[in-house]
Parts: sequence; C-alpha cells; structure tokens
Amino acid sequence: MSVHARARLRAEPDGRGSTALPVLESAGPLALRRTRSPRPPYARVTVVGAMSAPLNGDRLAIEAEVAAGARLTVDAAAATVALPGPRPDADPSTYTVNLTVGEGAALHWLPEQLVSAHGSRLHQTTRVQLAATARLLLREEQILGRHGEPTGALTTRLTVHRAGRPLLDQQLTYGPDAPAGWDGPAVLAGHRAVGQLLLADPSFEDAPLPARLLGPTAALTPLAGPAVLVTAVAADARLLRGILDDAMRELLDGLKA
Amino acid sequence: MSRAALLVLADGRFPAGGHAHSGGAEPAVAEGRIRDADSLAAFCRGRLHTAGFTAAALVAAAPHGLDPLALDEAADARTPSPALRATARKLGRQMMRAARATWPGPDLDALARARPRGAHQPVVLGLTARSAGLGPEDAAHCVAYETVSGPATAVVRLLSLDPFHATAVLARLAPELDRVAEQAAEAARQQIDALPAASAPLLDITAEAHAAWPVRLFAS
Repeated sequence: MSVHARARLRAEPDGRGSTALPVLESAGPLALRRTRSPRPPYARVTVVGAMSAPLNGDRLAIEAEVAAGARLTVDAAAATVALPGPRPDADPSTYTVNLTVGEGAALHWLPEQLVSAHGSRLHQTTRVQLAATARLLLREEQILGRHGEPTGALTTRLTVHRAGRPLLDQQLTYGPDAPAGWDGPAVLAGHRAVGQLLLADPSFEDAPLPARLLGPTAALTPLAGPAVLVTAVAADARLLRGILDDAMRELLDGLKA
Repeated sequence: MSRAALLVLADGRFPAGGHAHSGGAEPAVAEGRIRDADSLAAFCRGRLHTAGFTAAALVAAAPHGLDPLALDEAADARTPSPALRATARKLGRQMMRAARATWPGPDLDALARARPRGAHQPVVLGLTARSAGLGPEDAAHCVAYETVSGPATAVVRLLSLDPFHATAVLARLAPELDRVAEQAAEAARQQIDALPAASAPLLDITAEAHAAWPVRLFAS
C-alpha cells in the first residue's frame, strides 16, 4: 500500500516582532514540529520522519507559505532515505515541495540529505515562488547510495521564480534510469554526493557577488538575477556538508555586514 | 524544408565562432578526466544528455513560435555559471551576425535589436533555423551535434588524439544524437517553464575554474 501525504504550514508575523504558525499540518510520514529557534524573529519548524519514506510508489508533498514580513526556518531531524519498498513493479515515488515567500519575508529551507538507496526510484520536485523583496536560503543534497552500495534512480528538479520571472531551473538525473554519461567526466566523475546552496536576496541587485571557486569541485556563482548558487560535488555526504556549511556561514555573515 | 540548409548551418565551417570553444573539454583534459577516446565518449554522452538536451529544447522551441525573449530568460535560469552565460551570449552574437547575412529575416532583426549584446546562442540558433526554413527537430539536431562535435574536435588538439578515433566517437553517438533531438523537439511543444532543465554539476563548476586560467587554448 503506497502512502499519499501532503503536509502544510503557514508562517505569519505575530505582531510582536516574531513569527506565528497558524497552519502546521502533519501528514503520514511528514510530521511537522515547532522547535526552539536560536534566532528569535524566526520561527523554526523541524520535519520529523514518522515512518520510513518514501518507498517506491509513495506520493509525498510539503507546502509552505511564508507571508509578507514573516521569518521561518525549516530543517529536519534526519536524512530522507528513498527506499525500494515491497513491490518491485511500483511507480517511482514522488516528493513535491512547494514554497511561497512573500514581500520582505525570509525562508531558510535547510532539510537534511536526500539519500537514494539501491533499488529506489524517486522524482523530487521543488518549486519556489519568491516575491521581489523576499529572501530564500535553500540547501539540497543528493547522496547516491547508502555506504558502499550502488545508487537508486533519482531525479530532482529545482525551479525558482522571483517576481514571476524564472531565476533558477535545474534538473539532475542519476542512476539506472538516467541517460548514459551521468557518472562520467562531464557530470559527476564518480562523485557520490552533490549539493546546491541557493541564497536569493534583494541586496544582490545592487551588489552582486563575484564568482569564486570553493576548492576543486565547488563553485559559488552569481545567477542572472539577485541570487548566488553554490554547486558542489564530493566523495561523500560529510565532505559535501563541510563545503556547503562553510559557504553558508560566509554568505550569511556577508548579509549582516 | 531544405536538407542542404541544415548542412550549411551544422557545418563546422559556418562562421559562428564555435571552433574557439571546447565545451568544457579543456579543463576535463587538464584534470585527467578525459584521457583517451573512451573517456571522451563518456564526456560527450554526459554533456549531450544534460546541457545538450536543455539547449536542444530551447533551440527547438523557437521554431515552435515561443517568445524569443522569454526563451532567453529561461536560458539564463538554466545557466547558473556566469562564465557559461557570457560564452552563450558571445556565441549568440556571432551566430546572429552570420545568420543575418545568410538567412535574413524580421525575427532575427527584432531579437538583435532587443539584445544588442547577444542573446543565448540556442535562442539565436532556433530563430536562424526558422529563418532557414528548418523545423524544430532539424534545429535540435544541429545543437545536439554541436554539443559533442565541439569537445571531440578540441580533444584532438588538446591530447593529440587521433582524429579518426575522435570522429569514430561521434559516429557511435549518432543514434543517441537522433534520440536527444527527437525528445528535445517533443519537449519543446510544452509551456516555457516545462522545458527541460537538465544540468551537469561538473560542467558548471569547471567552467568557472577554466575562465580564470591566465592562459588557455580555448575560450570555454
């Protein structure tokens, strides 16, 4: 039996300088918990996996809306592991994330890694609509196989619009369902961990950051719109997180200055 | 449609500046990731199914009549590397000059006026194909081939690879090129936001590294 679940949350300014969560609906394996925020204007929600998911055939979705002026961090208690499940003929699982960030609002979307276990098939789609003055910090990490096993079939698409115009659109396809060459010298060259860190902020409109290498397999690049993207590949999840954490710290410090 | 027009457009001697670019092969050779004909083939496959597929769908979308300026914006969103955006616009400018001399038309004139510093090359190539009387699949074939012929030609110079072996790599890729062109033409029938966005992390990362080299044989 496959699981169909849609979790929802909405953040609004609470009128006292912080952020309220009038909607916080868990669903199936996606349990949403309000957790203590280290930074008071931000509300924090932690996604707690309530059961092992997604298995092939599952359909999971999260919708988050951050109203004008609200500030929200969403993180996770653990990595998401895509697993094959009991039925060999099941369709790929889907995981859909729809995010909306209003004027002057900020969303830090920082889930843990997505691990593609051998035999799993997953299509993840993340769509973000940003208002012109919204801030988004978003991290995605794809880990191809648990330790020492071949990867499952993984497709992820990340589409971000700002003020209704396309800002970033990227699709990554790996594993047995991918066209040949995905593991070759143009795409991954044997690396098993791939990550993106996106920071969109209106302040980049006047002061774009220059492109910069972050070591031999990572680069920080300004997009055509007011945003920067860190793209990194690494041998494993720990090395990848190290690169993205350093970049995140530096980017957030730069915004405060 | 004219088959000969396709040959003129796809010819490596068509004066659109493509010969100065390695399509990411120069940094891949420097890092030892392309060493021989087999690793060249793997590189070409990866590029074809990612950046090549995305570009082929953009190219095929123009003959379908999608708005070139919206396509140019879609190309920007699909190109996170500023080095690759600059390359695409430079090649677009050169393609525009060649196209207006060979198959002049009002669509090309309008795009040249709207983007005087160059539109993304696939957008210009798509309008050029339409101006030359070619259909979406022909246009997609053209860019799919260019996606792999650029690196193959460059590697002959960078590695002194036997040109017969490099051409054999291209010949063996022919069925995949046909498939990618067909899929791209099919995908180009969709709304602009649904166009493919397949990307290759290492091509984006190494393009930035390569652009910072003080001395290089190829512009990209």
